[in-house]
Amino acid sequence: MRNAFIRGLTALAERDQRVVLLTGDLGFKIFDEFAARFPGRFYNAGVAEANMIGVAAGLALGGLKPFVYSIVPFATLRCLEQIRDDICYQEAPVTVVGVGGGYSYGPNGATHHSLEDIAVMRCLPNMTVVCPGDPMEAELGTLATGSHAGPLYLRLGRAGDPKVHEAAVPFSIGSAIVVRNGTDCALISTGGILPVAVAAAKLLESEGIGCRVVSMHTVKPLDEALLHRCAEECGAIFTIEEHSLLGGLGSAVGEWLAASGARCLLRSYGAADRFSHLCGSQEYFRQMQGLTAEKIARRVHEALKEMVRC
Amino acid sequence: MRGADSVETRARAIRAKIVRMAHAGKTPHVASALSCADVMAALYFSVLRIDPAAPQDEARDRFILSKGHGCMALYAVLAERGFFPEDVLEEYARDGGRLAEHPAPRCVPGIEVATGSLGHGLSLGAGLALAAKIREQSYRVFVLLSDAECAEGSVWEAALFARARGLDNLVAVVDYNKYSAMGATSPYLEPLGEKWRAFGWSCVEIDGHCVEAIAAALWRVPLEASQPTAVIAHTIKGKGVSFMENDLEWHYRPPNDNDLRRALDEIEGHQP
Repeated sequence: MRNAFIRGLTALAERDQRVVLLTGDLGFKIFDEFAARFPGRFYNAGVAEANMIGVAAGLALGGLKPFVYSIVPFATLRCLEQIRDDICYQEAPVTVVGVGGGYSYGPNGATHHSLEDIAVMRCLPNMTVVCPGDPMEAELGTLATGSHAGPLYLRLGRAGDPKVHEAAVPFSIGSAIVVRNGTDCALISTGGILPVAVAAAKLLESEGIGCRVVSMHTVKPLDEALLHRCAEECGAIFTIEEHSLLGGLGSAVGEWLAASGARCLLRSYGAADRFSHLCGSQEYFRQMQGLTAEKIARRVHEALKEMVRC
Repeated sequence: MRGADSVETRARAIRAKIVRMAHAGKTPHVASALSCADVMAALYFSVLRIDPAAPQDEARDRFILSKGHGCMALYAVLAERGFFPEDVLEEYARDGGRLAEHPAPRCVPGIEVATGSLGHGLSLGAGLALAAKIREQSYRVFVLLSDAECAEGSVWEAALFARARGLDNLVAVVDYNKYSAMGATSPYLEPLGEKWRAFGWSCVEIDGHCVEAIAAALWRVPLEASQPTAVIAHTIKGKGVSFMENDLEWHYRPPNDNDLRRALDEIEGHQP
């Protein structure tokens, strides 16, 4: 997704003179081409994220369209108040780009895991939250920020995320993408766990359960029209995210369900509310949290059986 | 400049508005606003290239009150300079009013950014100054910080950044009134000028209550090519109202009717 982001941003910068990229001293070599192609529009702001966000807000208020780039916790939590006061409160059109969503940086330890960012970004007024599901969505999502007027958080995976979409799909911020059709249940995923949701749907299909798979790439605002259709047509929604179960997609859909009057089963799969003290790959942590295709398929199957019994 | 239009006269009018607002709104921070009244008068009546009739003019100089709690001084000077009618000041600290105890974004004409949490303004200012460089515009950016605010790490992050980018269109003015909310600032700030110089900024120290000295220093910026400028304005917390000067009580206490009368006597009684 990282390279897809840079591809999208380069295309955007080509047609929009206002695009400026700031990095918090991360992304060795990957921005060289951008910097060479757009002189004066790339800045390494150094290891100083609070300042970087304030500077980006100032740039936006000065008529530019800044993107700030860092690893998720440093791009969001380290400088949270600057994001709230300087970007969101001022309605400054800044895109905060976090690389390393979920356990993408698993072996780096819990300081580098990003399991709270969706929750925290989602509760900021004026903030739009976009978590692309694969490299294609990352590129299209980056392009879509070009016509977005307000603050936006773009949560990326890392380099080498698996593809779900082989070709471009219609993409607009706030409109979820139906990746796979089915009416027995809906697997609604956000971020880089999307390929796992698709794999779980394939396993369930072999057991005779037709799953609709939705990439809810925009967590705020939620695509409520699609949620309504999923509730009515499928009767059961399972949210899947590589993020804490507190405050992320599952919470957002639960809030929608409580307020909407829709009737359907809802189960949320994500990371438990605790730090990891162990070393591990992204795959290892997904295993530990039950976020593999096999484990998700089993849990969905059991929940559906339970629902039929009720 | 002397007489009714002098900067000193404007500063007195600003002080009178400040104490009236604090009294009517029953709010704290009157002394913080008073300490920067002369700097604000010099900026808005001598230094800034601004036009109250065109508050969004792209070429305007930008002013950021990073010490957002001193906003009574900002509201007062904007009214005095004609950005909005005087009666708007009555909305200060009123339910449903536009003038909160820390300024909201674009709440009234002339307010560039929201501030209130300390340590944000210099980064915002650096961004606006960098935007001017990128877009080849000639406006300058003036940021007023409190001395206590200089304990925020982000101030020094911004100082590093501005120097590295050669933002000679950025000016930090420190309202050095020697007090934080709980005590003296000098023990941890000094030597303050050396700190700014060590971060690669040009730095001058001036009497922050001498409007000629303030204007003279600000007219000279940038002091050196490719360097941002820090102007350390030595001030007195509560300046202009003798019983509020150097007394931390007035960081918190709103003036009562009697305080207001005595304060206005002092401010308006001292005609040149």
